[in-house]
This record gives sequence, C-alpha cells and structure tokens, in this order.
Amino acid sequence: MLIDDGRPLFEQIAEQIERQVLDGTLAEEAQAPSTNELAAFHQINPATAAKGLGALVADGILYKKRGIGMFVSTGAREKLLSRRRDEFAHEYVEPLLAQAERLGIDRDHLVAMIRGGSR
Amino acid sequence: MTTTPAIEVTGLSRRFRGAVALEDVDLVVEPDTIVGLMGRNGAGKTTLMALLAGQDFPTSGTVRIFGEDPVENDAVLAQLCFVREAQQYPNNFRVSHVLGIGPQFYPEWDAELAERLVDTFRLPRRRQVQKLSRGMRAAVGVITGLASQAPLTVFDEPVLGLDATSRQLFYDELIKAYAEHPRTFLLSTHLIDEAAAALEQVVVLDRGRVAMSGNVDELRRRASTLTGPVDSVHQLIGSAPVLHQEPLGGYVRATVELAPSPDLRSRAQALGVDVAPVPLQALVVRTGLLGAPEDNPASEGAL
Repeated sequence: MLIDDGRPLFEQIAEQIERQVLDGTLAEEAQAPSTNELAAFHQINPATAAKGLGALVADGILYKKRGIGMFVSTGAREKLLSRRRDEFAHEYVEPLLAQAERLGIDRDHLVAMIRGGSR
Repeated sequence: MTTTPAIEVTGLSRRFRGAVALEDVDLVVEPDTIVGLMGRNGAGKTTLMALLAGQDFPTSGTVRIFGEDPVENDAVLAQLCFVREAQQYPNNFRVSHVLGIGPQFYPEWDAELAERLVDTFRLPRRRQVQKLSRGMRAAVGVITGLASQAPLTVFDEPVLGLDATSRQLFYDELIKAYAEHPRTFLLSTHLIDEAAAALEQVVVLDRGRVAMSGNVDELRRRASTLTGPVDSVHQLIGSAPVLHQEPLGGYVRATVELAPSPDLRSRAQALGVDVAPVPLQALVVRTGLLGAPEDNPASEGAL
C-alpha cells in the first residue's frame, strides 16, 4: 500500500517494484506491470505510475521492449542489493546509534545487544 | 516539443458589478492531464470553469481551449464537456433520456460505458432526474462526463453528495477512462486528500487569485511539520517560511516550507525533532487561512 510519508508517489511506486525485484517476486527478464495496471491497482494517476516506471528505466532496473512493455533487466537484483547494502549504514545504523546515545546505552552494551539477537 | 495546451488562461479577470470573482488568473494545462481545482467556497472555481466552457465572458484577459477562444466556437465546444454541479434537466426527463441524448451533444459518446456506469452507480433508468436524490443526480453528471469522452471534461464538484462507495467508484472509473483514452480532466473538489492520488496537477484559488499551483507530487513535498524542542525546531527552520506554529510548553509544532527530504529527516533526528509530511489537504487549508496575497510574506513566488 502507498502511504503519504511525504515522498513522491512515483518514488514509492518505483520502490515497490524494486522490492519485488529484490525478493524475487519479479524475476529478471520478467515483464513488469504496465502503467495502467499500476494506476488501477494503486488508484493513482497514470502519469504518476508512468513516472515511477520511467525512473526505473533511467536507473537500468527495467528496460523497454517497444510495443510490448517493460521488463526487468538482467543484473537488476544484484544492482539493487549492492545499493541497499550501501544505504544500510545511513538508513539503519546511524539512527540506531543516535537513539542509543539518547537513551544512554553505551557502545559495548549496544554491541552485546546485537550479538545476543534482541536483548 | 511544443503542444498546444488544453487550457491556457492569461490575465483572466471576472467582476460581477464590481465584486471580484477572478483576478488576473494565469493557468496552463497540458493535454492529457488530470487537474484538481481547489479553494474555499466563493474562491472563483465555478466562475473559472464557466469561462473555460465559454459560458461566460471575461471582464479582461483571455481563455484559450486547445488554442482557441471557446465563446460561441462550435469547433471548441464539440471537444468540451462541462458538467455543472447543479445541472438542470427538463421536467419529466428520465435517466434513460440523458443516456439517449448523449451522442447528440458529444460526438465521442461511449454508449456502452454509459450503460455500464448506470449499473455501477445503481441508477434507476426510468426515474425522472429531478426526482433523484442529490447523490444520484451527481452520479448522472459523473456518467455524462466520463461517457462524453470529450478531449476536455470539466467537472464542477463531481463527488458532492456521492456516498463513499460511489466516490471511490468515480476515482476508479476516472483513472480507467483516462488510461483507456487519455484526455484532459479538470475537476473541482473539497475532498482534497481523497482526490489527490488521481490528480497530476493542482490549482488552488483563493479570493479569485491563484494561491498555489503545481504538480501534486511537488506540492506534497512543499512543506513539512516539525515537532520538537523550540530551539531545535527553529534551528532546522532557518529562514524557511513558516505557515503555522503551535507551541506546547517548551515544544513547538511548526508547518514550514521545507521538503521532508532524507537530509532534513536525518538532521531532525539528530536534534530529536519529528518530521511529518503535510498532506495536500492540510496545505490547501493553510493557504485558505492566509491573509490577502499582497500582505502575506509567505506568498512571494511560493505560496
């Protein structure tokens, strides 16, 4: 489902397709949903859906087959995985450290928590 | 690539015996765009739509529909469908009659779609239009506009009076109609957040002037609500225009013209400030509460 978290809807559309590529729901060389399918499914403006697909094409995640539709590029999954790994520190580790500091949890304690799973 | 805009309005003003309904409105809508027209009651929405449809004369300024003046212009009017909110029908006129005369007014009329929509909206075909409930009459207008397949369809408050299910059906059918046969729709509504996802462009009128206009995604990123300790919030705001502030002890909640970007979020997080997006409706509400455009500092260029 799309949520109003302040990010453009087209980005959310693109991200949702990326997630499907990452988890294998959309295999490489499989056909991606069309603009109109996305618009109907998410109940959004078709131009917005088209923009989401366009962003993925520009990014090399999808490619266009003239007159047929959009397909997942070979290597798209690896590309997304490596990008997500790069973003992991910024998106998850930094906030974790900031929150730990605010709560007075020192580094050793934090490391122990991570080692021990959840506690 | 230059295409003739579906709608091009320049310096448009309309006064009624000195009362200003529209003042110096500029607006460009590219073909195949779904546009929302918003603003408080009396903001000038219906006046603007009547002028676009060639059903009223500007006091000054110009209206161009597909490059031409719509007034008494058959070539333009054949491409245009204007569904008024309080559309009048002749006495004894039944739902089936509305379906019957569609093709005479609209060359591209899709009779099959009209029949299907009558079932979708559960309209009684034999009932006189004047005797329908407000919501059912609204559905008649929705059906007319969608089945007309007019290259420019103008809806004045299409969902007013429709139940929640019918409103959702309207948005779904609008998106479907657009997908199957791309064209330009301009619709006014007060149910902004509900309509937002179906729209590509938004125009907000306030007291006859364009108070805000742009792509929906861009407007949704125009402002953020920051909540946190006063000093931290003010540090983040810097010189950005503040639309609204609500203090609570040492805390403050401020709606500010700053995009809720990842950068703002990470800086806010470090300061213990919460960042929330401002839904389109809240942004439009704020716009409607601002003072006259000329004495409002936040209005310069932006709002």
